[in-house]
Amino acid sequence: MSETTMNLTLRVWRQKNAQSAGTFVEYEAKNISVDMSFLEMLDVVNEELTARGEDPIAFDHDCREGICGMCSLTINGKAHGPLEATTTCQLHMRSFKNGDAITVEPWRAKPFPVIKDLVTDRSAFDRIIQVGGFVSVSTGGAPDGNALPIPKTDADAAMDAAQCIGCGACVAACKNASAMLFVAAKVGHLGLLPQGQTERDRRVLHMVAQMDEEGFGNCTNIGSCSAVCPKEIGQDFISRLNRDFLKASLRAK
Amino acid sequence: MTLESNVPSGPLAHKWSKYKQEQKLVNPANKRKFEVLIVGSGLAGASAAATLAELGYNVKCFCFQDSPRRAHSIAAQGGINAAKNYRNDGDSIYRLFYDTIKGGDFRAREGNVHRLAEVSVNIIDQCVAQGVPFAREYGGLLDNRSFGGAQVSRTFYARGQTGQQLLLGAYQALSRQIGLGTVKMYPRTEMLDLVLINGEAKGIVVRDLITGAISSHGGDAVVLATGGYGNVFYLSTNAQGCNVTATYRAYKKGAYFANPCYTQIHPTCIPVSGDHQSKLTLMSESLRNDGRVWVPKTAGDTRLPQDIPEGDRDYYLERKYPSYGNLAPRDIASRAAKEACDNGLGVGPGGRGVYLDFSDAIKRLGEDKIRERYGNLFEMYERITGENAYQRPMRIYPAVHYTMGGLWVDYNLMSNIPGLFVLGEANFSDHGANRLGASALMQGLADGYFVLPYTIANHFASTKQHKPSTDAAEFKEAEQEVEARIKKLLSINGKRTVNDFHRELGKLVWDKCGMARNDAGLKEALARIPALREEFWENVNVLGDAEALNPALERAGRVADFMEFAELLCLDALHRKESCGGHFREEYQTEDGEAQRNDEEFSYVAAWGYSGVGNAPVLNKEPLVYEEVHMTQRSYK
Ligand SMILES: Cc1cc2nc3c(=O)[nH]c(=O)nc-3n(C[C@H](O)[C@H](O)[C@H](O)COP(=O)(O)OP(=O)(O)OC[C@H]3O[C@@H](n4cnc5c(N)ncnc54)[C@H](O)[C@@H]3O)c2cc1C
Ligand code: FES
Repeated sequence: MSETTMNLTLRVWRQKNAQSAGTFVEYEAKNISVDMSFLEMLDVVNEELTARGEDPIAFDHDCREGICGMCSLTINGKAHGPLEATTTCQLHMRSFKNGDAITVEPWRAKPFPVIKDLVTDRSAFDRIIQVGGFVSVSTGGAPDGNALPIPKTDADAAMDAAQCIGCGACVAACKNASAMLFVAAKVGHLGLLPQGQTERDRRVLHMVAQMDEEGFGNCTNIGSCSAVCPKEIGQDFISRLNRDFLKASLRAK
Repeated sequence: MTLESNVPSGPLAHKWSKYKQEQKLVNPANKRKFEVLIVGSGLAGASAAATLAELGYNVKCFCFQDSPRRAHSIAAQGGINAAKNYRNDGDSIYRLFYDTIKGGDFRAREGNVHRLAEVSVNIIDQCVAQGVPFAREYGGLLDNRSFGGAQVSRTFYARGQTGQQLLLGAYQALSRQIGLGTVKMYPRTEMLDLVLINGEAKGIVVRDLITGAISSHGGDAVVLATGGYGNVFYLSTNAQGCNVTATYRAYKKGAYFANPCYTQIHPTCIPVSGDHQSKLTLMSESLRNDGRVWVPKTAGDTRLPQDIPEGDRDYYLERKYPSYGNLAPRDIASRAAKEACDNGLGVGPGGRGVYLDFSDAIKRLGEDKIRERYGNLFEMYERITGENAYQRPMRIYPAVHYTMGGLWVDYNLMSNIPGLFVLGEANFSDHGANRLGASALMQGLADGYFVLPYTIANHFASTKQHKPSTDAAEFKEAEQEVEARIKKLLSINGKRTVNDFHRELGKLVWDKCGMARNDAGLKEALARIPALREEFWENVNVLGDAEALNPALERAGRVADFMEFAELLCLDALHRKESCGGHFREEYQTEDGEAQRNDEEFSYVAAWGYSGVGNAPVLNKEPLVYEEVHMTQRSYK
């Protein structure tokens, strides 16, 4: 054992499929380099499991750059683990130390049922976007990109919200499994731009209705969602969503 | 056989308008009767699916991730080119066209590239209308930055997340259509075969990645927008799932694979840190706007970078290419980094790295400005390396990044199999032997938003259509083959993991067919790949069930295809006895080490036809005819 490697004990949630009950299983992870990402550490464990003839641990991942939003682990009780503004795939083992015990679980939220081990079904997010998270312009016929100047501050604020990677950490971190931060990010992104104005009321009403239908809980303003958000999307967008929703509801009456 | 590109006649600048004037149309009421199967939901696939559905076609769209929003396009950082000339710096459609042709080392098809430059301007307009939050100036207008291989500023961007924002724009347009019921989306579904009926592409066989169920989908046309094959090298900047499976299986069904040896090695990636590594991370090319690349002048200089005085540093790109400097094109910048490291001047562990230094820019503009421009990249660098690049230069090294080769398509973006269209990185069409930065996003969206919607209508209107039943024998046969292959993979129970095989294959291809290639090395690779493939099929260990979520099994299928494809890649590299763009054959270089093309003999697209595993593929040639551009030795000096 050198300073650059460590041995760890993992408690990993194993669940054969959506129907079966899951349980924690303990694994040893040996000679883990500090330069590995958390997922590369799991790769090592999986290689060993395979060599022993045991089913490797299933987890979601793709880009491993913190942008696709596919990776999704609750590590020691925290969505995406201990480091702020960091997805699981960008969390490196230098954040841990030799001898640590690490608990690894899937997102825990009713609207995100477990498919297998650490893999969950997050299609509810797609359905929320499908009812209104867009600007209804078909291809062709768009005016020149510079026809409509947009103040830099608005464009920047819209970008702050638009950065959402749809990972679902906000839901996993919320004791009510609320999807308010996710919805607020899209409503905020489009609502801050002139292009998003014509459908502003409709968008917020439809998205919130779908969010409720999917079984996401209410927001009680605790802020756990922003605290785990890898893109640091702020609570102010939730306040904005509430204002937009209220105004749209009044106007709809 | 000589291939017909079907580029319209007439002056270059009028070809696309002429095509559009003369093309056949499908009347709105009839569009409903056509079913289009689109595999892929990246920029190319999502934009095509949304647009075709808006036009009235019935669309089914497939992707292997859990949501179309996660396609690999999401990871593109730097930007997207368009010939808007908003900067008034001399840009034009012709200049973007010419830069792209020249950047591609005169190995791309003129007609396609000009069309790409023409529609580039519409892409920006479309994306702005969708609410893509591009960077803006204080006056409220769109901002631009510069990218390699160009002397104008024509790259539009959204911080360091341009691909994300463009993909989310296309994803939202696609979601709107899914909500309207005009697109049926199949996430977590992998295409495992293409089905031909009477020689036409009429369907696909897919595996539901959650239940493992194999099923067929029939349609009037199949569109592959499945991205690039960079992961054949194991380590690359691509996402873990990127694969050659969809295009390779189409190749095995008769589609030609064009120029597989044109692969792009990106100069600015974080260097390899150890064997555990599963991927390499790109540091966007946009950093070369403000970062200066250098190595110490003498080998073995162990001083910290900040302690090495100016006089002891070699800013080799600025020295060798004074007019483009740090913005030299990718292939050239990558080779120059390799050369410096081969000469023992490399820095960091293993001596495989060069410095990308921001201290001058920080002095000139202040740290805040640099943070505003590249903050997220600096953070990513620190998360991965533990180093602060505001205080010491980044260490970078080239890594596999993009694949210019892909399925052969004509001007209609249709392959040699009627009814099979190929878009985005999956086709070979626009980048020749080297792609310029910020041009892949442009091409993906051009193909999907503005080209396919015209050419597919022309195809439907000019051929008699018949939609097959998936009960047809061709579908059943393909399903059985797919099932048998899965069963075989699960039954081997060997001693080595899929990853282990993939790593070995990748290392071999990188060593022998990477940044520099030669006759002996390629022949060695061609001798070793079949042996490795044989061992794979005898000794791989894939556990778990066919009828369940099984990531190891998914990966095994993809690696099995890489095992065959790698051979095609090396064979193409061996046959092309010249250097051009990303294909650098050590035997063919100029006196000062630049790529030496051989236009007499190799000015063609090499489109390979399948003839059985282990058998030599058949070479078909599409001659490259330059009507307007004069081919020259590329110079960035
Ligand atoms: C890190 C990085 C940064 C980049 N930055 C830039 C940049 O700044 N500017 C630029 O112009 N280009 C950039 N590129 C290149 C560019 O991002 C890609 O070339 C482009 O996005 C490819 O888009 P695509 O639609 O062709 O494919 P992808 O986005 O790769 O999408 C492929 C789709 O096909 C699906 N798929 C694949 N195989 C199957 C199968 N067998 N069955 C079912 N579905 C399948 C996937 O699920 C996915 O939906 C970058 C690339 C990388 C890796
Ligand atoms: S794998 Fe893409 S965000 Fe982590």
